Amino acid sequence: MMIENVVCPFCGCLCDDIAVEVEDNRITAVKKACASGRSLFVNVHTQAAKPTVDGEEVEWPQAIDAAVRILNDAANPLIYGLSSTASEAQRKAIALADLLGATIDSTSSVCHGPTTIGIQSQGEPTCTLGEVKHRADLLIFWGCNPAESHQRHFARYSALTRGKLTPGGRKDRTVVMVDVRPTLSSKRADVFLQVRPGYDFELLNALRALLKGQNLDVDQVGGVEVARLQDLVERMKSCRFGVIFFGMGVTQTGGKHLNVAELVALVAELNAYTRFTAMPMRGHGNVAGADCTLTWQTGYPFAVSFARGYPQYNPGEFTAVDVLARGEADAALIIASDPMAHFPRRAAQRLAQIPTIVLDPEMSLTAQAARVVLPTAIYGVSAAGTAYRMDNVPLPLKKIVESPRPTDEQVLDWMIERVKTCSA
Amino acid sequence: MATMAEFILITGRTAKQGAALHKGKDSSEYRQATGFVQMSREDRERLGVEEGRRVRLRTAFGEAELELREGDVPPGMLFVPLGPGANALIGADTEGTGMPDSKGLPVEVELR
Ligand code: SF4
Repeated sequence: MMIENVVCPFCGCLCDDIAVEVEDNRITAVKKACASGRSLFVNVHTQAAKPTVDGEEVEWPQAIDAAVRILNDAANPLIYGLSSTASEAQRKAIALADLLGATIDSTSSVCHGPTTIGIQSQGEPTCTLGEVKHRADLLIFWGCNPAESHQRHFARYSALTRGKLTPGGRKDRTVVMVDVRPTLSSKRADVFLQVRPGYDFELLNALRALLKGQNLDVDQVGGVEVARLQDLVERMKSCRFGVIFFGMGVTQTGGKHLNVAELVALVAELNAYTRFTAMPMRGHGNVAGADCTLTWQTGYPFAVSFARGYPQYNPGEFTAVDVLARGEADAALIIASDPMAHFPRRAAQRLAQIPTIVLDPEMSLTAQAARVVLPTAIYGVSAAGTAYRMDNVPLPLKKIVESPRPTDEQVLDWMIERVKTCSA
Repeated sequence: MATMAEFILITGRTAKQGAALHKGKDSSEYRQATGFVQMSREDRERLGVEEGRRVRLRTAFGEAELELREGDVPPGMLFVPLGPGANALIGADTEGTGMPDSKGLPVEVELR
């Protein structure tokens, strides 16, 4: 059976035009997805898997008991991950954090957390990807490489797609790339500005000055000639609809949120001339949903502590890398992410020392080191749910194969019930 | 006697690393997709190192041994894909943001 219009849950593009062929509860063909999306669908497991405690297989009630005991015994438990699960499960994770007085953080803190901090100080000139498709004639990609990390972004939403006001597709758009190195994406651009590592802020600041008509008494900024910056400013002022998509080249270099604030300030000022917007290239399938759900539930998008009985927000204090590297977290519940594989060594080492519970469809590195492993279904493949695209548009994820495994939401619900009965 | 050379380190995602993730992080695909460092041809020739050779990278925070590959990076820069090698090299100080500095770190390359 061919199932059409399936949403791929892997990256922030959430492509909703995938066709998946299913025979006898097995995925036999995947159409239209990129290599990363295809790999997610074809490598899915549909077989049952038992939870484990200290490496021994147990039944679900025992596993939930063991997990809740760890969390109840902890003085400062951390709940982390959330970006590859559905918003229904994110909501339960927040309820559990509230009950436990835990710190809760998502993978946002190590990708676009600085974006949120920057936007909190400047506002967010944004739009949907539909507007980009139909209207944008100037696309600037800054510190991101969609050809590798969001492989269908060009074809579905930006450079290559044909829209109502951009019927010529690629011909009707100018594509500019700003990056520290040539990439697969920069090779497809009309203009490539190669900035010296760590000079994004200077470049953005120079663009703002040129936009204000100021003269710069230097020939180049961050390795880019001023004449080329002036040319970019003219293109920005004269386009019909411009957008800057930005990635971790902006958020992970020195300056971090200050770079984003500068970028957003430039975009806001451009609106005196034309319509201009900015959008972070969100990585994981539902990382935008983690921000949205946390904001809706607590008022804050990431780095939230319930230790005082009400939500407090402080990046640098309640962010996962910090609470681990400082040795403050004494137990962790990791949901659908793999911090052991992605965190700086000092934070990962702390995670290896404390009792950890993992909810994940995959046997991740974090799961391999965990005390309790709770294998769950995959949202968008073997479970239905909601995910938010990088432009914060929520999309329904389908269940296309049956799985005997519970969903993250169910497992979190069992944990919440168990915590309530323990403390009753 | 070991030779040292100074570079700027950039870490990041690649398509191969994204696809290999689903094969499991203990798969040979994932190790292949993450266990290397890219250097420009100019730097590689200047240092006289062959592609495929293992080199040791060292930052203020840690070290990692990776396979050297020639890549489209500007001279003076090294690129390491997200994965265990990159994690060993970046620090855990987030300067109050939650985000470690994972792009633009000074790094030394040791050639034995
Ligand atoms: S671009 Fe992203 S959402 Fe689209 S198919 Fe590829 S991995 Fe899936």
